[in-house]
Amino acid sequence: MTRPAEARAVEPELPRFGRTARWVHGLVGVLMLVCLLTAAVLYNSSLQVLVGHRRVVELVHVWCGSALPVPLVLGLASAGYRAELRRLDRFTSADWRWLRSRTRRDGRIPVGKFNAGQKLNGSLSTGAIGVLLLTGVVMLSTDLAPLSWRTGATLVHDWTALAVGLLVLGHLSLALRDPVALRSLRTGTVPRRWAETEHPAWAAEFGQARDGGDA
Amino acid sequence: MGCRAPSCPGSAAYRGGMATEQPDVDGGAPVGRRVVLGLLGLGALGIVGGARLQDALGAALAPIQTRDPTGLSGLLPLGNTFRYYSVTGGVDEQDAGDYRLSVSGLVAQPGRHTLADLQAMPQTDLVRDFQCVTGWRVPDVPWAGVQLGHLLDLAAPAPAATAVRLSSFDGTYTESLTLDQARRPDVLVALRMLDAPVTHDHGGPVRLYVAPMYGYKSLKWLSGIELTDEVVPGYWEERGYAVDGWVGSSNGRDDDPTG
Repeated sequence: MTRPAEARAVEPELPRFGRTARWVHGLVGVLMLVCLLTAAVLYNSSLQVLVGHRRVVELVHVWCGSALPVPLVLGLASAGYRAELRRLDRFTSADWRWLRSRTRRDGRIPVGKFNAGQKLNGSLSTGAIGVLLLTGVVMLSTDLAPLSWRTGATLVHDWTALAVGLLVLGHLSLALRDPVALRSLRTGTVPRRWAETEHPAWAAEFGQARDGGDA
Repeated sequence: MGCRAPSCPGSAAYRGGMATEQPDVDGGAPVGRRVVLGLLGLGALGIVGGARLQDALGAALAPIQTRDPTGLSGLLPLGNTFRYYSVTGGVDEQDAGDYRLSVSGLVAQPGRHTLADLQAMPQTDLVRDFQCVTGWRVPDVPWAGVQLGHLLDLAAPAPAATAVRLSSFDGTYTESLTLDQARRPDVLVALRMLDAPVTHDHGGPVRLYVAPMYGYKSLKWLSGIELTDEVVPGYWEERGYAVDGWVGSSNGRDDDPTG
């Protein structure tokens, strides 16, 4: 009867994502997927022939796209979320080495809470969301923006969307290979052992104490 | 709320020697911010200068893409190719044998034409660009069919008739033209497009082609021509598009005219 309790004590959980971060990630993820799927229908002729309903698909795309930055901005009210952003923002020399290394996952380069790829994904996604929002607004401003701007905005919007689609596919394929990382976006915690393998410098922040998460 | 990470202000780890213990919070350059700002800058540059790039790419690739048998080039957001738009779900295909085009409303001679009837009428060939109001343009598309004016003459419009209402067998899409516009020689009930019968996806077996106007005026899957005493705005016109959709002088655009 005492074994399960012991097992849990041996494998303590570290707090990885706060509630705000999990909600922002979830909402942005859902909105992003809807935007990408509707974009595919609006853009790809075979899908358009299959789905049709251009007006409805367009409205869903525009509304979800407009809503997408809202959770990102609202999250800023949380100090914990802002701290996550600071971690994602900063590239150390170890991050550059990690990016250049061919054996980056062998653990020899100490990885903090986020590895350099996750940091890059964060900033590329944020920048691309900004570009898509900006160009989307110009495309819709048929009475305000000159035609050449709307043409340019359409070109940038199309290519950025294609790049973001590939980025999201890469992000999902890496995430699906790591059930612990996936679970942490639901529960907020990860096993200490996983942290010590994947993010040793971050795990070290908790010291050797077993009750890692305090605040 | 949700502030359980040790890096939160107020938590023990945050207060204690952050500089040494958390190099990736305190140390390092703000590369993420630079990437975000850089992308926004590039995006703004693209808005201002992208139209030129688009023209160059479009002109270079259009001849290949229009006739690309694999269709793979259509996956890239490049160049000037046809994009298929439909405002309803799947549109049932109409067999060439079952197809009927009705002419009704304020006319002395209502008509119901089969595809064979239309094929037996005088045919007009046109080579014109197809310009969509969303920006893409397919250059030099060969069109062939019966002038809409010919069908109107056969029906003998009543004096009260001033406009034409066109409807699609998709069940939803409609369009409108004034009688004068409908009688232009470059307004076709198109039976052929790109040197072949109009395909289903392009609106076949019979679609409209209004050469001097934006693509939304060129209704697909044409099934009805009704003479009315006033212009009844069509599907996209109810949603903000210009009723008189001249290429280059409507919808806030300045494309080269296609008429």
